[in-house]
Amino acid sequence: MEKRVTFKGWLLPLCLIAPQVFISAVFFFYPAGQAIWQSLFIPDPFGLSSRFVGLGNFEYLLGDSYYRASFITTAIFSTLVTLAAMIPALFLAVMADRLVKSAGAYRTLLIWPYAVAPAVAGVLWLFMFNTRVGVVAWYLGQLGYDWNHVLNQNEAMGLVVVASAWGRISYNFLFFLAALQAVPRSIIEAAAIDGARFWRRFFTIVLPLLSPTTFFLLVVNIVYAFFETFGVIHTITSGGPQQATTILVYKVFSDGFVGQDLGSSAAQSVILLLVVGLLTVLQFKYIEKRVHY
Amino acid sequence: MQKIALGALLAAITSLAPLAAMAQTEIQFWHAFTGRLGELLDEQVASFNADQGDYKVTATHKGNYSEALNAGIAAFRAGEQPHILQVFEVGTATMMAAKGAVKPVYEVMEQSGLPFDPNAYLAAVTGYYTTPEGQMLSFPYNSSTQVLYVNRDALTGAGIDPDTDLSTWQKVDEVLDQLKTAGHACSYTTSWQSWVHLESFSAYHNVPFATQENGFGGLDTELVFNGPVQVQHIDKMGEWARDGKFIYAGRRNEAGANFRSGNCALFTESSAGYAGVKAEAQFAFDIRPLPYWEGVEGAPQNTIIGGASLWVMAGHEAEEYKAVAAFLNFLSSPEIQAKWHQDTGYLPITSAAGEVTRAAGFYDANPGTDVAVIQMTTKEPTENSKGLRLGSFDQIRAIIDEELEAVWSGDKDAQAALDSAVERGNQLLRRFEQASN
Repeated sequence: MEKRVTFKGWLLPLCLIAPQVFISAVFFFYPAGQAIWQSLFIPDPFGLSSRFVGLGNFEYLLGDSYYRASFITTAIFSTLVTLAAMIPALFLAVMADRLVKSAGAYRTLLIWPYAVAPAVAGVLWLFMFNTRVGVVAWYLGQLGYDWNHVLNQNEAMGLVVVASAWGRISYNFLFFLAALQAVPRSIIEAAAIDGARFWRRFFTIVLPLLSPTTFFLLVVNIVYAFFETFGVIHTITSGGPQQATTILVYKVFSDGFVGQDLGSSAAQSVILLLVVGLLTVLQFKYIEKRVHY
Repeated sequence: MQKIALGALLAAITSLAPLAAMAQTEIQFWHAFTGRLGELLDEQVASFNADQGDYKVTATHKGNYSEALNAGIAAFRAGEQPHILQVFEVGTATMMAAKGAVKPVYEVMEQSGLPFDPNAYLAAVTGYYTTPEGQMLSFPYNSSTQVLYVNRDALTGAGIDPDTDLSTWQKVDEVLDQLKTAGHACSYTTSWQSWVHLESFSAYHNVPFATQENGFGGLDTELVFNGPVQVQHIDKMGEWARDGKFIYAGRRNEAGANFRSGNCALFTESSAGYAGVKAEAQFAFDIRPLPYWEGVEGAPQNTIIGGASLWVMAGHEAEEYKAVAAFLNFLSSPEIQAKWHQDTGYLPITSAAGEVTRAAGFYDANPGTDVAVIQMTTKEPTENSKGLRLGSFDQIRAIIDEELEAVWSGDKDAQAALDSAVERGNQLLRRFEQASN
């Protein structure tokens, strides 16, 4: 039986949800409404005049093959970032979970990168892979590999993915570790007595039990890859070479704050809002069914 | 906002000297300079404030060029714009189109009653910021142009006479061959590829970059930099890139490090890069005029400028505009201009400042520093070489960068890349036209 709390009257429950409603209204509904409204206009940057164009901004965007290409770039980028942020995190968490000695020290070290802001992480990685002075680029050169993310599109993509995922590994690690520690020891011990080896126990028992955490992290990481990575891209590639790393959110930023094209920028954020909303609905509808709580 | 209000309140309470505050007109100057340039700017402002007692200029750093422009726009929307805003040259059309947000400099000067002679300024510099009728819209503060930096030691090392003629791209081509044969890792590199190799390149060869006098004639301008002269040049550069003679380092001035470290032998960059090269280079270097293609009719014309200008924002009191005029007048004086030119490598904006510098023996003591001035002023600018006035220009540059990268990596040929850049850029120009009408 589900336990339900019931209130007498309306005042107290209204007061209790008011802060959340207020925060959502101020920081989400109001700006989102503004974005939708603005996407119907072509304003001049100074706000002196504004021309109503209806869906003209959307028509302009969707008719642009480079904008459509940026959807594919975004899909590839977010998939890679999510995988690169989750798989190593899970591996590290499993390993850290088995530690007996100095587990705390390892954990602290693994969590550290999360404290680094994305733009700063971008600069760090850029330094290492700088085509002229970068340490890693230099070693690759010694091995006979000519690293040049300034012109090579795949290398550029690889670099921004690693730089974006790196800090997230720590975040994911925290959640995986907590989830692993919640897995009942008795089940694992029973399996061990039955002769199941470590990896078999991991895939048949631990991984399914981790599925709520994995699902949560999947959603959160995709949202991260979509929205919060533009600092990394701005510092490392500025969307280049050519358009190899121009993801949707970077284009919102550069069209709005560099190009002063607020109409197009607003229309792009509306499209982005729809895409992420749709993705989240899909995830909850199809993937969540396979999650065991 | 609250901080400002609080600060103002505190100032009002603590000073208790409203008379003194009233006597001095204070104006705000927002700029994008840090480091050495920021110090030099502060010095100018301090000396203006010390020279007279009527006006006080407060200079504030607002981030890089894009950020300063955004700060100015946001402030205008909130009704709190500064009096003077430094805007980079690519933002010129944006500012111009914002009638009602800016007050043209010629108007400010006229109304101030201060002596103002437009002919005292170098046409090649001020032309970028002037209407076709010759009215100065914004005040050219820091302007530079493209020159060729030569690593003399690298040439000597490759068995080439370091004084060899590099005035044309044909000659450069031969030298690049020799450097390559001698096993030099990076024969040539460039910063600001669109600015050097398309924008100024077009002016220098007297071919249009865009219709309507490069946008000076109206908002219905269209890009035309996919003509044969430009295509042939980009094609040649693509060939150099594939042969490993031209090393591409990035869209902005990343390549500067490649030259200053001695890695690259030849380098095209802003004349304002002089101070950096001089400070860091551990080798003998030269400054030469930007090369041109021999055989192109009218070449070499003049190159065009980059940098930033000062825009006067609308919506302030008449007395404050007088203060602005006095400050701009101060900045134009030969001594201040000459010092700025010598300290920074930016072009002098008046001919008097150039003469003061020459008379002081600066060019003899620092050979090559006059190359940019000569390159800009030997010929009267044509409608192809006055400058560029294009909306959304920052975005158009990004498109050009993308398309040029496709040429350097061998994904596209020069014609296809430039055609595509023109087509994509024209879409942005049409949007800008819509927004500004």
